[in-house]
Amino acid sequence: MDFSLNEIQTMLADSVGKFIDNEYDFDTRQSYAGSEKGYSDAVWSMFAELGWTAVPFAEEDGGFGGGPADTMVLMQSLARGLVVEPYLANIILAGGILKRTASATQKDEWLQPILAGELQATLAFLEPQARYDIANVTTTATRDGDGWVLNGKKGLVLNGGTADLLIVPARTAGGVADHDGITLFAVDANTKGISRNAYATVDGLQAAEVEFDSVRADDGRVLGEPGAGYPALDATIDDATLAVSAEAVGIMQVLTDKTVEYSKNRKQFGVPIGTFQALQHRMVDMLMACEEAQSLLVWSVMTRASDGDDSKRAVSSIKYLVGTKGRLVAEEAVQIHGGMGVTWELDVAHYFKRLTTIGQLFGNADWHLDQLAAMAPDT
Amino acid sequence: MHVTFSEEELAFQEEVRAFFRDELPDDIREATDTGAELDPEMQIRWQKILFNKGWAGVNWPVEYGGTDWSPVQKYIFAREEGFANAPFVIPFGLRMVGPVIYTFGSGEQKQRFLPDILASNVWWCQGYSEPGAGSDLASLKTRADLAGDHYIVNGTKTWTTLGQHADWIFCLVRTSSDVARRQEGISFLLIDMKAPGVSVKPIILLDGTHEVNEIHFDNVEVPVENLVGDEGKGWTYGKVLLQHERTNSANTFRSEYRLRRLREQAAREVRGAAPLADDKNFMRRLAAVEVDLKALEYIELRTLAAVTSGKAPGPESSFLKIKGTEIHQAIDTLYMEAAGYYALPFNPGPGVGEGSETQSALAYFNFRKATIYAGSNEIQKNIIAKHVLGL
Repeated sequence: MDFSLNEIQTMLADSVGKFIDNEYDFDTRQSYAGSEKGYSDAVWSMFAELGWTAVPFAEEDGGFGGGPADTMVLMQSLARGLVVEPYLANIILAGGILKRTASATQKDEWLQPILAGELQATLAFLEPQARYDIANVTTTATRDGDGWVLNGKKGLVLNGGTADLLIVPARTAGGVADHDGITLFAVDANTKGISRNAYATVDGLQAAEVEFDSVRADDGRVLGEPGAGYPALDATIDDATLAVSAEAVGIMQVLTDKTVEYSKNRKQFGVPIGTFQALQHRMVDMLMACEEAQSLLVWSVMTRASDGDDSKRAVSSIKYLVGTKGRLVAEEAVQIHGGMGVTWELDVAHYFKRLTTIGQLFGNADWHLDQLAAMAPDT
Repeated sequence: MHVTFSEEELAFQEEVRAFFRDELPDDIREATDTGAELDPEMQIRWQKILFNKGWAGVNWPVEYGGTDWSPVQKYIFAREEGFANAPFVIPFGLRMVGPVIYTFGSGEQKQRFLPDILASNVWWCQGYSEPGAGSDLASLKTRADLAGDHYIVNGTKTWTTLGQHADWIFCLVRTSSDVARRQEGISFLLIDMKAPGVSVKPIILLDGTHEVNEIHFDNVEVPVENLVGDEGKGWTYGKVLLQHERTNSANTFRSEYRLRRLREQAAREVRGAAPLADDKNFMRRLAAVEVDLKALEYIELRTLAAVTSGKAPGPESSFLKIKGTEIHQAIDTLYMEAAGYYALPFNPGPGVGEGSETQSALAYFNFRKATIYAGSNEIQKNIIAKHVLGL
């Protein structure tokens, strides 16, 4: 039994930590978030140079050969900086589909440039009507000569406004929520017929609504077998769910530390507010939430890595827990910071907003609890 | 990062599993499954089975007849014990006074008391709380005044669990009031329940059970050789023991066993109505407790891994106490909700309700004690705030 990080994971955590300490303070983050693109190309290039973009990919793909535990370490470490660079959209989501489905030629064309930090891609996994069912795909791809024609609309495409490559699940057969009949396409974002309406999300990151109006794609843009895209989509969303859960745990820990620290310094009625028992017990609840989340995260990551029958339960369990306990921690952090907690100026509010955003991504707590209610635990 | 056991540990797990499968008598297993308190005969019979196997003193050093198991072996044992839903061992002798005696007691005390504790020949109870000293234990008032070769003990202890069956009681008593801190001047004394002046008065709990008592000491003479360790150091000895009490209260595997049984029960068709598994609200609540329990299991495992690598267990035992008791109570609530109307009969004869249904509300009522005893959960939060958060 061993819960310690291995040497490589320790190095990864250390190097991300140093980067945030030295080059990514809160003001810097805010300036990147407020820039036209919403993140920094220079920082992204550095991610690639340091090998962070290669973490979840196999060695034969030029990756680092990392598993869920390595991604966990990276995401949890990045969380502290509230990093706005599109690691989730580009590496976890788009990269996750490509590593599972792309041919050798397609990997050379798209995956290699992603690892090199030269290509920004994203996965348009959501449709406005679908809520949390990723199989609910009404965007169609119909056969036309030796290619395909795509029509439909994708919602909340993360980094959809700045991505060069869009990975698009489209229905080529079956009913609206069938698992079969979903085909994955990789299309250039500037292809004729694609219109993008980009906007900021509440956490300071970027997304877009993307419409496809008779967009042509040739066979070389189909990832994997036509009609058989669901398993890769599902596995990638599970990876992403685990990745944002790790980020959430990291944020919960930051918020708890900051709140405890603040309560030791902030004086009211002549004493630090941390001496009030009414606040002490609430901070203990925050700490316990962090301990629970960290512990469950470790189980989820190990279970997902072993890819056993309990894998789905692991993903839903941790997402449910960070959904509920993350909200508790974030709301308490704001409350205990008092008036300052609700200002734009203080970083606490921005951690709160990112945690809230994660709560809504890839199934909220209620949705995951419903999945769990229907699953008998493995023992 | 892994949680795999070594080959030796796996072999040990097999041995323990087989023991609980083969040696736990059916009548005791069934009685435990109902959720009602075990009668003393069954309790002692089971503890003697453990003793005969050499597994009564799980935490005891081998020189006093203990197992000398590693932390991982103890974990494996607790896990199989929980999954088998074997009866709780009455902790007062084996887990509390025994360790205090072999750690702080004299050679003579060890010889005199330890063998009978290990073999469950003598029933012990705990004299800590007093009518005026609950969570604020240091305010205790029971006095022991030295008079030659004995102490004269006067005062009242309360919440004494199963004291009506006890042969001996270990007490924290005040031997000096002239102290700078209230925690000083407290001593750890062993008292024979048959000594003149000891009387036991039952306290009936809200579920109708006689589980706890008030013990009165009226000029009870206690020989000085029954003082454990140094006079005035009892608080220190008692604290060691309390930490023990808290770690033991997580009971994750018993909770896992109970949740699994509840899921099976929910899937069965009951009296022509739809199975409970169709009730989404119920199943969501069940699933939420399952997640909490899995998190607790891994808090416990991470603590264990830290202990195995040589770190001393600290205030984390307060986490385990809080979460373990909260989850236990949440499961009690679910059992009661699952029983519906048949939670309501109060100790009916046979033929009313099925299985543990008619014990479910009583178990729910009874176990409200868990977040109160062993230092209430609010006290645990004070401990964490002070020692972990530094507030």
